[in-house]
Amino acid sequence: MAAWLINLLQVILFVATAPLLAGWIKILKCWSQNRKAPSIWQPYRDLAKLLRKETVVAENASWIFRAAPYVVFAVAVLAAAIVPLVAVPLPTDQMADVIVLVGLFGLARFFQALAGLDIGTAFGGMGASREMTVASLAEPAFLMVVFTLALSMSTTNLSVAIETLLHEPITVRPSFVFAALALGLVAIAETGRIPVDNPATHLELTMIHEAMVLEYSGHHLALIEWAAQIRMMIYATLLVNLFLPWGLADRWTVAALGWGTVAVAAKLAALAVVLVLAEAVLAKMRFFRVQHFLGFAYLLALLGMLTHVILEVGG
Amino acid sequence: MTTLASLYGQTIFLLSALILFTSFVMLAQSRVTALVNLFALQGFLLAVTTALVAIVENSSHLFLSAALTLGLKAVLIPLLLHWLILRMGLHRTTDEVMRPLPLLLGAASLVVFSYYITLPVVQLSELETRNIIAASTASLLLGMLLMISHRQAISHVVGFMAMENALFFSALVATHGMPLVVELGIAFDVMVAAVIFGVFFFQIRESIDSLDVDRLSRLAEREEGL
Repeated sequence: MAAWLINLLQVILFVATAPLLAGWIKILKCWSQNRKAPSIWQPYRDLAKLLRKETVVAENASWIFRAAPYVVFAVAVLAAAIVPLVAVPLPTDQMADVIVLVGLFGLARFFQALAGLDIGTAFGGMGASREMTVASLAEPAFLMVVFTLALSMSTTNLSVAIETLLHEPITVRPSFVFAALALGLVAIAETGRIPVDNPATHLELTMIHEAMVLEYSGHHLALIEWAAQIRMMIYATLLVNLFLPWGLADRWTVAALGWGTVAVAAKLAALAVVLVLAEAVLAKMRFFRVQHFLGFAYLLALLGMLTHVILEVGG
Repeated sequence: MTTLASLYGQTIFLLSALILFTSFVMLAQSRVTALVNLFALQGFLLAVTTALVAIVENSSHLFLSAALTLGLKAVLIPLLLHWLILRMGLHRTTDEVMRPLPLLLGAASLVVFSYYITLPVVQLSELETRNIIAASTASLLLGMLLMISHRQAISHVVGFMAMENALFFSALVATHGMPLVVELGIAFDVMVAAVIFGVFFFQIRESIDSLDVDRLSRLAEREEGL
């Protein structure tokens, strides 16, 4: 029972702090560009404002357009429930493993793309087409990373894998280095950061995610933005908790949970610094070069798996 | 002590994976200067790996070959190649690969192939580094693939040198290094080869005004249809 309660608390923490991570990234981004940064609470204010505003829906919108924000948000929360944030093991992990996580992302993306097509504007269709192109290239790489992990840990269950990693002596695994790099590239593509997509622009020729949600307003838009922030948080948490799991709580004591929270917060903050530094030195790439970028991610994941088979298992 | 030893072993594995990775990146690289830098990086990684193996095995002659690798393959030959590139004004030339992704996937299947063919060797070996034999064979094949897929003569030379790196690497992990006399001989050969290649570059450029070796397969000097 306590485990379920902690799991619930963790989901709430996940959903509630996702805008905080977005705010922190925005602050770092401003600093890196010598601009005055908004408050770290700005994403919360934006969400609150959007939730209060009137929601306008186009005349020819079908139920898909109306349902999509709820589906996208619900899926994001569900996905957050199976990713360990501050403590392992989670009871929800008995129900869903990391392949389900990939599937949940796919479901959310499917509805978002449908909603983009639903209104029939040029931008929505273009955004949906681009999103699906990127996704079709990113998903194999993501799955390959998952398989590399599954082979090393002999499980696809996230909490079991993280718990095993937490309890073993320090081990340098070449396959994990490649898998981490590949997952990082996939995360950049899937969360729409530079160099694949620019979240801060509404320039018609370059936007991907923004083009799809252009028709949304009010609380629909708030839900979609929030879901995007949760997705960002999930990818970041996956990166830090899988490849640097130290500090995570494995007991249900207050001290351990507190330490777990502090450790995860510190790791996520550091990861945001790395992300922003990478964005500062990179330029947005042409859309037709994205396939090279994601092909490289796939190659890294493949190399991770090969080095696992060749070097870590051996003949 | 055992954990320390296992960490050493794991670091060697990590470094060899990185060497394999540099072979992959070299394959997809289209700028010749970046290619030479990657080659220098590979030489450096190879030198570090050799030094680590030397520490683990406590063999003094491996230290010498590590120093030789560092001086020759990480510093001297890359500098020589950079100088050649500058002399011939090639530092802005790109050597585009036609289809980078199929090439890289083909390279990945070469890794699987070399794993398959080295399995019997690995099963006979008693050394701790025996698992790396497949990785070193793979980087040998990748060096050859680099020579096949690129068109600039400089890339060919880098591919050739990368193959030599991979051979040294295989010797290191399969038998903990060749006898010192052989290694010194090979190092000298590579040195001489680098100089001779330099001379050849000038010759090729003088005869076809370019280092694109695809033009060598054409018989007539003029473009067809002109």
